[in-house]
Amino acid sequence: MEAHPANLPAPTASRAGLRLPGIGTGIGGGMVMLYLSVIVLLPLAAVASEAFSGGLGHFWEQVTSPLAVKSLKLTVVCSLIVVVLNGIFGTILAWLLVRDEFPGKSLINAVIDLPFALPTIVASLVLLTLYGTDSPLGIDIASTRAAVVVALMFVTLPFVVRAVQPLLLEMDREMEAAAASLGAGNFTIFRRIIFPNLLPGLGAGIALAFARALGEFGSVLLFAGGLPDTTVTSVFIRNQVESNNLVGASAVSMVLLVASLLLLGCVSLIQRWAIRHDRSSSEFIPTLAKDVSGDGGGI
Amino acid sequence: MSANPASRWSLRILGLGYLTLLLLIPLVMIFYKTFEDGIGPPLDAVTSPDGLHALKLSLLMVAISVPLNTIFGVGCALLLVRHKTRLNPVIDAVINLPFAVSPVVIGLSLFLLYGTGGWFAFIGEEGFKILFAVPGMVLASIFVSLPFVVRETVPVLQEIGTDQEQAASTLGANGWQTFRKITLPSIRWGVAYGVVLTTARVLGEFGAVTIVSGSISGQTQTLPLFVEKQYQNFNSTGAYGASLVLALLALITLFAMNLLKRKEDA
Repeated sequence: MEAHPANLPAPTASRAGLRLPGIGTGIGGGMVMLYLSVIVLLPLAAVASEAFSGGLGHFWEQVTSPLAVKSLKLTVVCSLIVVVLNGIFGTILAWLLVRDEFPGKSLINAVIDLPFALPTIVASLVLLTLYGTDSPLGIDIASTRAAVVVALMFVTLPFVVRAVQPLLLEMDREMEAAAASLGAGNFTIFRRIIFPNLLPGLGAGIALAFARALGEFGSVLLFAGGLPDTTVTSVFIRNQVESNNLVGASAVSMVLLVASLLLLGCVSLIQRWAIRHDRSSSEFIPTLAKDVSGDGGGI
Repeated sequence: MSANPASRWSLRILGLGYLTLLLLIPLVMIFYKTFEDGIGPPLDAVTSPDGLHALKLSLLMVAISVPLNTIFGVGCALLLVRHKTRLNPVIDAVINLPFAVSPVVIGLSLFLLYGTGGWFAFIGEEGFKILFAVPGMVLASIFVSLPFVVRETVPVLQEIGTDQEQAASTLGANGWQTFRKITLPSIRWGVAYGVVLTTARVLGEFGAVTIVSGSISGQTQTLPLFVEKQYQNFNSTGAYGASLVLALLALITLFAMNLLKRKEDA
């Protein structure tokens, strides 16, 4: 749970073989698989089956239909912009939370997780009020592509911050001091020392944010709307369901699903790579759940 | 790296400015817009029959999904950490799926499975309505919030090790006693953290539930669906009233998260 792995006792080697209630290994494993099958696997299998129910040709036809391609392009481009922006600002925020001192810091640290806790439809509504036609700030971007970007920025904000923060906390300050004593300037220290050390966390955070952005629905819905130019893939899928084109909806869903799985695969590759290279004291890349739930460093 | 004052201040302005525009102003905005015309209109909207029904239904989702996912989550975490079986890598991968799938796709998947022509369509034909009814919405809520308790419990179980559990069983405790007296007290804050996240996710879920529920006012509308419907009916005060309730619940969630994190550190 907590981001100070150095303080943790090493996992005991002899953990196998202890019997715990209800988990006679075979029965327990069977029950877990049954639950997962009913809740997760069978429904997703139904999507795959529906997507290919008209054959591979029909599947391809649906995925490459002009509107589907348009929504996929919009979603990927907006998500890319968002992860670059959140990569930069997320790293800055993590740096401020770890290395800087200012009044209200612990409050800011807590508020970072708000997008994980606030329902997406509420986010959409409030962003629409703030940056819509009646904007008190005079910025009206409702129903534009910019609105898609801002909505996705909101929901993916915590990912990079929470992935980079523990790395910064654990980073050995002596390396920086050594570099400085050898005459390196701040920019050089950042580029040669800090950035390479943050890279695994940054990569994992960006991949998670990207996966989240690809599938995001609620926050985009009211703010960016469903105009032809602002229909992201999830809204496109919803529209297909409503117009009863279930094969089309399923086909595009499969594309999203595979893309997200590849991204999550990247995250676990980064984790394994980081553990193998032992860039820091121990397993410091937050697990998926820590990222999604926003488990921050103990500040 | 000891940043000079100029770069320190520019980083502060950049980072905090970003946060203010993206998070802080919107948060304040919810409160401001709700009470713009006084406390009456939003209160009326939230306490209208449909509003109250939506609130009740949201709480019902929590009351069913959270306990189920908590029991499953703890059991699954015990299996993953304490018993090395061949199924473990598969289970581990499947657990993460709900994070990878768009809520809309989750809704669609249930729609296909239980809808006309679906593999489980027979359940509905037997008279037990799943789609456009509470059971379908519960299934969607369980799906989206499945990983949290598992993911929060696994690392804690790894950290505590098995020394105490082994000591207990050496002294004659059976499996259930060991779990209740030793394991559970050690993992409680991790489990509690997972429960908080599960609850928040279930309360806020929109995409998956919107597809399986049909969003019928006073029948299959949870609070987030109520927000959307109110907005579409040009009743923005109602939408904001319900949003405020959800935002307050989100703030309580944040508070609980921070509290539990501190408990775990202690």
